[in-house]
Amino acid sequence: MILGRLVERLGHQVYLVENGRLAVEQFAERRPDIVLLDALMPVMDGFAAARLIKQQAGEDLVPIIFLTSLTETDALVQCLEAGGDDFLTKPYNPVILDAKISAFRRMREMHQTLQAQRDVIAAQHASLVQDQELAKIIFDRVAHTGALSHSSLRYLQSAYAMFNGDILLAANRPSGEMHLLLGDFTGHGLSAAIGAMPLAEVFYAMTAKGFSLRDILIELNDKLAMILPVGIFCCAVLIEINPGKGLVEVWNGGLPEVIILGQTAELMRSIPSTHLPLGVANKQRFNPDPVVMVMRPGERLLCWTDGVIESRNHAGELFGDAGVHEVLDAYIGHPGRVFDGLLDSLERFHGSPEDDVSLLQVVMPGPTERQPAPRATAPPTRAQDWALSYTYRAVSIREQNPLPFLLTRLLEIPGLRPQAGALFTVLSELYSNALEHGLLQLDSAWKRDSDGFALYYHERGERLRHLVSGWITITLNHSPTPDGGMLQIECEDSGSGFDPACASADYAGRGLALVAALAQEVEVDGVGSRVRVVFSW
Amino acid sequence: MSIQATLSADSQVLTISVKGRFDFGAHQDFRNAYERSGLTPQRYVVDLHETDYIDSSALGMLLLLRDHAGGDTAQISIVHCNPDVRKVLSISNFEQLFSIK
Repeated sequence: MILGRLVERLGHQVYLVENGRLAVEQFAERRPDIVLLDALMPVMDGFAAARLIKQQAGEDLVPIIFLTSLTETDALVQCLEAGGDDFLTKPYNPVILDAKISAFRRMREMHQTLQAQRDVIAAQHASLVQDQELAKIIFDRVAHTGALSHSSLRYLQSAYAMFNGDILLAANRPSGEMHLLLGDFTGHGLSAAIGAMPLAEVFYAMTAKGFSLRDILIELNDKLAMILPVGIFCCAVLIEINPGKGLVEVWNGGLPEVIILGQTAELMRSIPSTHLPLGVANKQRFNPDPVVMVMRPGERLLCWTDGVIESRNHAGELFGDAGVHEVLDAYIGHPGRVFDGLLDSLERFHGSPEDDVSLLQVVMPGPTERQPAPRATAPPTRAQDWALSYTYRAVSIREQNPLPFLLTRLLEIPGLRPQAGALFTVLSELYSNALEHGLLQLDSAWKRDSDGFALYYHERGERLRHLVSGWITITLNHSPTPDGGMLQIECEDSGSGFDPACASADYAGRGLALVAALAQEVEVDGVGSRVRVVFSW
Repeated sequence: MSIQATLSADSQVLTISVKGRFDFGAHQDFRNAYERSGLTPQRYVVDLHETDYIDSSALGMLLLLRDHAGGDTAQISIVHCNPDVRKVLSISNFEQLFSIK
């Protein structure tokens, strides 16, 4: 009673009850800010009431001050154990009472602020996690698609690596070559997902249209440099596998060395990173030229992201390039086991399956293992009757590859679509013949060994860059036949020609031999600067 | 990890030293080191002699510094790299963008 008046006089609203049970009931009804409890009361004592009140209060801070004449330590301890926050001994001192109530009010306010902030943070965190999960779903779908199921490929991409921005894409060109991209974005989650979209889109679209690795690289770098903020980029290896010609092109910008193993898994070559990662350099600085090499059936190419060499064991030591080469040495003579051997060694080294690894293996297929072009099921519609002719002069030859454009034109004709692969091969063989032998005067005889190949492709790049005169004309003449249609392709260049007789030698003539196998008629004029091909279906 | 920035007496060269691991944790400090208001040095030196590890986000930070310092016209040297750090820089071919000594 005295206490009630005292507290009221301090400016607070007071609800008075006579025992513990009523105190609990009143608490539930009124939710007061602070509870003053006598330890000893009839019906229900203060200790039991304190426990029930704290239970009801839940996360909210409701300070309980015990009022007591008890002074034995045991009794005071009992007060605290029941959930009391403080006690006040009789007789009451108004100054101390006021001080205690004020102190607990401050504590209560602080508690409320903290709770509110915690709730805000929790809500934001939940939405962040949700965004990240969405980003991951999108990224996974983008980063892990295409022609990865091809029998010549084996790969491992751990879940964590994917979330860390590793990306692996595969697609086939219409002419049968396969393009592969292994990439590693800086940053992960959302930022990697944002970069992966245009990367995958450009890669698939351009590969399907028949663009070369070089053209795709220029476009990828451009696009990423444009949309990614400074500081976010993509380390990548791009590969073109060409089983028809037994060639491979590799471009490495910022990933660990790409390894090529021979038929018995002996180390043949490693291709270190010689380029800036994608999305870093501007157009002028960017170098899109891949390394071109001979690769025979059964030889294999291995590449990985830095998760492999940066794998650490319990002692903190790095697996490193040395670790990789040790494994490769151990599997000489067992080419089929290299991939699993590398994974096993990583797991043994790391102590558990390494979870930040992307590893890719490509075995060069034989020329006959080429994927057949899909056949149309619908009967071809009747062909149209037209002819067109394009002449490309030095500047446009230097700067762009006209083939995707021509192919797109041809594929607009429904009857030709099922022939896309063969058509593209024919067109590109004719065009590169005209360009390389006619205009650039490159000698196929160089391509007899792998050093020669390197020289050939180096020279091709150099001479193309400095090309100032010359032209290539491609004429397409299309006419209907009773059952289908006939396309006559004529390719003429301003060069002095090559000797078609030597084109039958095994390396140099592969291009024309391929054309002859795919077309119904091939006719080379005397000097070899004009080739006419008839293609019918 | 700790980052220290010192300006030469003539205010022409800003040297940023990174101690320990140069990774994402250094992001804010590294940025602060060159973004402090009123700094207009002609050249930047990133001293990595006490850096024992560098990751790809640090490469990103170096690119941000390069952008801040004028992009293609930036004069930035990266000095005193240990072999591991040096290797990471050269895998990404950063010699083409920075003068690495």
